[in-house]
Amino acid sequence: MPQHTLCALVENRPGVLARVANLFRRRSFNLDSLTVGRTQRDDLSRMTLVMEGTREEADRLEKNLYKLVNVIQVEHLSDSPAVVRDLALIKVRADPEKRQEVTHLCEIFRARVIDVAADTMIIEATGDERKIENLIDLLRPFGVMEMVRTGAVALGRGEHTLRDDAYRPNVPTAAKASVL
Amino acid sequence: MTAPTTTRDPRRPEPDDADAPRRASAARTITGADVVCETLQLEGVDLLYGYPGGAILPTYDALTKYPDLHHVLTRHEQGATHMADGYARATGKVGVVMATSGPGATNLVTGLATAMMDSTALVAITGQVPTAMIGTDAFQETDVTGITLPITKHNYLVTDVGELADVLCEAFHIARTGRQGPVLVDIAKDTQNAKVSFDAQEYLERREKISLPGYRPARHTREQVTAALDLIRRSRRPIILAGHGVLMAGATEELRVFAERAQIPIALTLLGKGAISEDHPLCLGMMGMHGAAEVNHAIQEADLLLAFGMRFDDRVTGDLKSYALGSRKIHVDIDPSEINKNVTVDVGIVGDLRGVLAEMLPELERPPSPDWLARIEEWRSDSHRRDIVLSAERKRAGGGTDDGKLYAAQVIRDLYELTDGDALVVTDVGQHQMWEAQYYRHHRPHTLITSGGLGTMGFGLPASIGAKMGRPEEEVWAIVGDGGFQMTMMELATAVQERVRVNIAIINNGYLGMVRQWQEFFYERRYNQTPMFNPDFCRIAEAYGIPSFRIRSRAEVAPAVRDARNLEEGPALLEFVVEQEDIVYPMVPSGARLDDMIRRPME
Repeated sequence: MPQHTLCALVENRPGVLARVANLFRRRSFNLDSLTVGRTQRDDLSRMTLVMEGTREEADRLEKNLYKLVNVIQVEHLSDSPAVVRDLALIKVRADPEKRQEVTHLCEIFRARVIDVAADTMIIEATGDERKIENLIDLLRPFGVMEMVRTGAVALGRGEHTLRDDAYRPNVPTAAKASVL
Repeated sequence: MTAPTTTRDPRRPEPDDADAPRRASAARTITGADVVCETLQLEGVDLLYGYPGGAILPTYDALTKYPDLHHVLTRHEQGATHMADGYARATGKVGVVMATSGPGATNLVTGLATAMMDSTALVAITGQVPTAMIGTDAFQETDVTGITLPITKHNYLVTDVGELADVLCEAFHIARTGRQGPVLVDIAKDTQNAKVSFDAQEYLERREKISLPGYRPARHTREQVTAALDLIRRSRRPIILAGHGVLMAGATEELRVFAERAQIPIALTLLGKGAISEDHPLCLGMMGMHGAAEVNHAIQEADLLLAFGMRFDDRVTGDLKSYALGSRKIHVDIDPSEINKNVTVDVGIVGDLRGVLAEMLPELERPPSPDWLARIEEWRSDSHRRDIVLSAERKRAGGGTDDGKLYAAQVIRDLYELTDGDALVVTDVGQHQMWEAQYYRHHRPHTLITSGGLGTMGFGLPASIGAKMGRPEEEVWAIVGDGGFQMTMMELATAVQERVRVNIAIINNGYLGMVRQWQEFFYERRYNQTPMFNPDFCRIAEAYGIPSFRIRSRAEVAPAVRDARNLEEGPALLEFVVEQEDIVYPMVPSGARLDDMIRRPME
């Protein structure tokens, strides 16, 4: 099954994440990752959704997202060139003898060592999903003790943006309202 | 996740500030509860259904100052939702429900889901525990916005009185526009008590200008219309599938002209009944699981389906893999998410059906195909030979007598004749509902109100009360089964209290008939939990002071119906004691091909 990456501009209001998450449960969409974060505007948040399924299913997801009143704009990112990034923090078992080897691997992947303790290291890696998977595979023999990934975030390349200029909230919301 | 509370945007000026000098006199400081009442009035509400309780008390107290808002006290909150639903479907206005927090709010769930599935415009207003207590498992606290998330078009929790008027304005706007649906507004008790400046004039001005950035009912394009016209022009065996959307869009006249001009026969969904007179030569009748056999055959044999305001529900398509394989498909619907949901179509047009049909009409043309109509007519005459009512009539005409039994289908046909086919009928769910659909021919739009999508037993009686209150000039009949009636029969009290002139026909077969039918066909007649112990329905009616009639034979039908119709005021109850183990034919077994029907055996 192909992966589809969709981006959505949503109103920065309480409960919006629950509405989007509920949509996946309710309509049985197969969600790989969902990230939410702030944008250049206080009143809008941006979600990146990665789902597995047919193109028809992705289209259905897009239409159902539009049915949510708090969703302003949705875009299927595979329709245009885009950059997609995932961030991982990986804690590996590395005694002083192994440190050099791990550090070398990180250089190849342009990952950074952000913590070193007696027998462990934490590595920060950014990139597309495949690059991170590859790094993790190479780190596994050392012993991956703990790991966390953000899930994909994405932007279209060039002049192209999700349009927010038409957005004027009808009911004013507080700048600090949380989408969660 | 943070607690769902909001505060007013400090950067945005108070609405009054800008034009303060001009309107200083119009703005008043009132409570949130008053804002609710003021807003209801400004939205044109005159009737609301509900049940008071602790968290909504401030609003109930405010209602005493607004005598033009007639509040109907129901006997259960579910009844209130169905009444508002029946009212909304009968009038085209927004139905309003009010309930308290906790159990009051959870009792709305079935009614909201019913309205959601059938796209009824409702606004439900619930009280919530005070803001400071939200999330503490306070007495009668429930997360009603969480519970109703998937069964409302949208919902709100209001904890800031400054937002209340705007939220209510949005709620009514969302409920009544686009694909209509229920919207719930949950208001914390302290928000109902809090004071705020309110200006009716300003509310109306904002209402005019309302625009929700994330809510834009879609519009169709010229290319789609051209593509559809082209498919129609080239079709030899077209059929129109007319659904609820035809009625919701007010497109019945456009539909008739469209069908006549292009000579295309029309099949109806259950909720599409009334989209065109069932006496019209091009109207075939109902499609689907219990649709007429000739209609299902026609759909399977068609080379073009024109789906107008319907959503290819599993009850009308049967098995999707074998559904109408030889046809191109045009789908017009107001909801984009319905296009290509169940059935992949060649041309999907998102828009208001009335506008789309009006745009097509001037260019609509196709050569007539009399063979196609003749073919359908052949299938139809086979159905007529099997029909229980028609075969009884043939027997009588031939000098024979009928078997003396009272069949539900016959009762419905008699009701149709005795009411001149002109009553507003509200049904419950089950066998009687399907017999109504088969034997009560509707000639006007909005004369059948029934729970189609959710199939809610208990819908009939309360919905009929709401329908009659909305359209008092209509003769309203509630046709219900003995099972469903007992789910909401406490609303008899509401009917008497409000002196609602509704005729309640209980089709009593002593079974949950439709479930029994499935057990007969698919579970080797193991009638588990379907035989009903029933009370004496006439004595129940008597306890409420309702005149009642018990009908056991065909001969008693007409006199009883006549007597009931002659009553001046209040409800009447008629109990029709019918054949116990009757079957709704034809039937497409769940998941079977649409034309793979179990037919009534030939006599």
